[in-house]
Amino acid sequence: MIMRYKFEIGCVAFLVLAFILTQLGLNRFFFFAGFAVLQFIMIATAWNILGGYGGYINFGTAGFLGVGSYTSIALIQWSNVSIVPQIIAAAALAGLLGLAIGYFTLRLKGVYFAIATLALAIVLETVVNNWDFVGGAAGISILPTRKPELLGAVIVDRKIGVFGNYKEFLFFLIAGMTIFSVWVARTIEKGKLGRGLNAIKDNEEAAESMGVPTLRLKLIATTISGALMGAAGGIFPSYLTFIDPLTAFNLEFAVYSLAMPMIGGTFTWIGPVLGGLLLGTVQQVAIVTISSELNLLILGVVLVVFVTFAPHGLVGWFMKKN
Amino acid sequence: MSEPLLNIDSVTKNFGGFTALSNVTTEVQVGERFGLIGPNGSGKTTLINCISGLLNNDGGTITFDGHNLNGMKAHKRTAAGITRTFQIPRPFHSMTVMDNLKIPIEFVSGTGASQAAIAEQAMSILETMGMAEKAHQETSGLTQIELRKLELARAIAAKPKLLISDEAMAGLTGNEVDEVLEILISFNEQGMTIIMIEHIMRAVMQFSHRVICLDAGELIAEGKPDEIVKDKGVERAYLGV
Amino acid sequence: MIILELFINALIAGILLGGFFAALSIGLSICFGLLDTVNIAHPTFIVAAAFCTFILNANFGIDPILAGIIITPLFFGLGWVIYSLYYQFFEKTSAEALRGLAFFFGLLFITEVVLIISFGVDHRLVNAAYIGKSFGGEFAGISVSVPFRLLSAFVVAAILTLGLQMFLDRSFFGRATRAVHQDMMALSLMGVDPVAIKRIAFAIGLGTCGIAGALMIIVIPIEPAVGRLFIGNVFAIVVLGGLGSISGTLIAAMILGIAESMVSTFFGPSWAPAVSFTILLGVLAFRPTGLLGVGDTR
Repeated sequence: MIMRYKFEIGCVAFLVLAFILTQLGLNRFFFFAGFAVLQFIMIATAWNILGGYGGYINFGTAGFLGVGSYTSIALIQWSNVSIVPQIIAAAALAGLLGLAIGYFTLRLKGVYFAIATLALAIVLETVVNNWDFVGGAAGISILPTRKPELLGAVIVDRKIGVFGNYKEFLFFLIAGMTIFSVWVARTIEKGKLGRGLNAIKDNEEAAESMGVPTLRLKLIATTISGALMGAAGGIFPSYLTFIDPLTAFNLEFAVYSLAMPMIGGTFTWIGPVLGGLLLGTVQQVAIVTISSELNLLILGVVLVVFVTFAPHGLVGWFMKKN
Repeated sequence: MSEPLLNIDSVTKNFGGFTALSNVTTEVQVGERFGLIGPNGSGKTTLINCISGLLNNDGGTITFDGHNLNGMKAHKRTAAGITRTFQIPRPFHSMTVMDNLKIPIEFVSGTGASQAAIAEQAMSILETMGMAEKAHQETSGLTQIELRKLELARAIAAKPKLLISDEAMAGLTGNEVDEVLEILISFNEQGMTIIMIEHIMRAVMQFSHRVICLDAGELIAEGKPDEIVKDKGVERAYLGV
Repeated sequence: MIILELFINALIAGILLGGFFAALSIGLSICFGLLDTVNIAHPTFIVAAAFCTFILNANFGIDPILAGIIITPLFFGLGWVIYSLYYQFFEKTSAEALRGLAFFFGLLFITEVVLIISFGVDHRLVNAAYIGKSFGGEFAGISVSVPFRLLSAFVVAAILTLGLQMFLDRSFFGRATRAVHQDMMALSLMGVDPVAIKRIAFAIGLGTCGIAGALMIIVIPIEPAVGRLFIGNVFAIVVLGGLGSISGTLIAAMILGIAESMVSTFFGPSWAPAVSFTILLGVLAFRPTGLLGVGDTR
């Protein structure tokens, strides 16, 4: 019985651990870096639902994250909506966007979906650049410390709140969201949807001929994947406290979201978790120790090397060894 | 005479300016073994793509078992009872042989069944095809004949009323051709209607109750196998004289 | 009257810009349209060529167009190497097409970062007699101005595009390239190695980056990430033109050039990047076979 719910127990244990960490009064940098790594895992996991299981490459990660971020900002600007509804709205909007772009391009060859998603990110960036309500090209500051109501009453300070500061609260929140994403991905993978997506990845025409409703499954996958990315973006402004279109729509996200699952292994939920953990940690260390440009160069090279030589990633490599 | 299972009525298909099928009309009876022949590029595969739904015909009507198929998506046609194999086998290469069969069972013939029941059904089909010991192998290690058999097994797993076999015997040895023929005949005897596209004349003539011949997108002959063999038009189409 | 004047000037600038876009897209039209290699890094290679032009111009005072011609063999060679790798690891093993796409995306990113590390993120320009001047006059009360930098880019682009089209239409190699697109088997039966044909064609496609890069730095100040903005332009043009059709590419480039120029004039330059991508998304959604309706996108 315990074996059967091993994964669920692991999830709960992880959340408890995350909560305990927030209560130890650790250095703020720990939560700052921890948040980044967890967000990477969440993005990688979300990307992999469509990219890894269904074989459809999404270059528009930045677009979905950006929609999430700017949904939150628009809501804050509009009437200081607090963080949980921000994230829910961000997820809903990004999910709808995924559905729409999927509907228009998923009937075409896969490469067109990839190009269209890249196009989407740039169109959205242009729109935000020209939209002064959310700060335009200059960006916008969100100061959770000045506006504690954005985060609800749970955190304000050590005396009345559960969390000592907002970084601890956001860390716990992203931990929960990441675990939720991994659970969604794993549930898809083990179910009919995941098997159908796999058939699509292997041979779409054969899948359709064997009764798999290919378009519908792909649309479900783009919607879920987009919504999770949107949620990961929705929490972003509160974490960064300053956001501009260049940050929110950065192409680096596309490279990371491609590289993390590819490095970990795209065919199972463990792959993106492993890849996200690895690249997220390396990024946090590299920013401090070497230049961030050099870090990006390494990232690009690692992506190309894995795509070329190790299509099944680290997980595939370990499985072969055993 | 009873209603035909499949009715193809003046079907036309164009690709840009090229006419791949021109006004093809024929019908397939319930339980029939139906042969489809013609030289390369004559439109055989286009016709079955139109029947199975990977292409939509530009003109004419295809009716199957009382359903008008025009505009119906391929997976719905599979659910309605049409499955096909591909000329070049298209296995789901990241899955085992068994998992390949589970896809049509889970999505078509056994929706809602438990994983154990689905696996059982898949296994029983593999057993009838003599593929049981390959069940847990990756498809990349299969031989040519095994790939052909997997292609058929996967199509049969959808429990079709009409099976379309697109050159299931290309590249096989004489004995292997006989083996595949035997499998197809045994499924036909259980009530499955079968359309066979084949270049190996011996096989298609031995198998079919009735044969049609396409040439340059037009139906040029229809009849019993022995009539088709003697048909001057067919001879001309094949020999180009 | 002022509206009419703006309109006519925007139209002229748009046509000239269209010629420049054609030069950017022509190589991709070969690589993607004819050879099915989704070289998403094409605009970034053009930016790399623009930086090479910058070096030659700034250090040795070489004319940018001449510099573009000098570096063309370099990009031809780069194309040769990239296609050989691509063939070895993706095409030959019939790997999922999308892995090949990820490969090119990785190349895009690496090229961009290398450019940032070597040149920083500042904008760069070149010097030549014809840059910065413009030619103008009054016609029927409407004052028209034609910037020389756009005009020179247009002329070079026209020569490049028309030359390539003639080459592909008339030469044996050109016909073989089209045949590769349609039927690899037929070529091997004729005793021609389709892989060799594709390798050369890809190298030619990438070779055009040399001149296109020179034109880019003549037309606009460049920085390493500017290539991204052109991904939308070039793919919109190649898809809109109908895959693999050189004349379609020209027409589509003109349409996009005019559309972008109009939007810049009447709505402001900050909206320009959205034009090409919106057109691209629209084409993919509603007319995926391109204007001339010969593409194969399904």
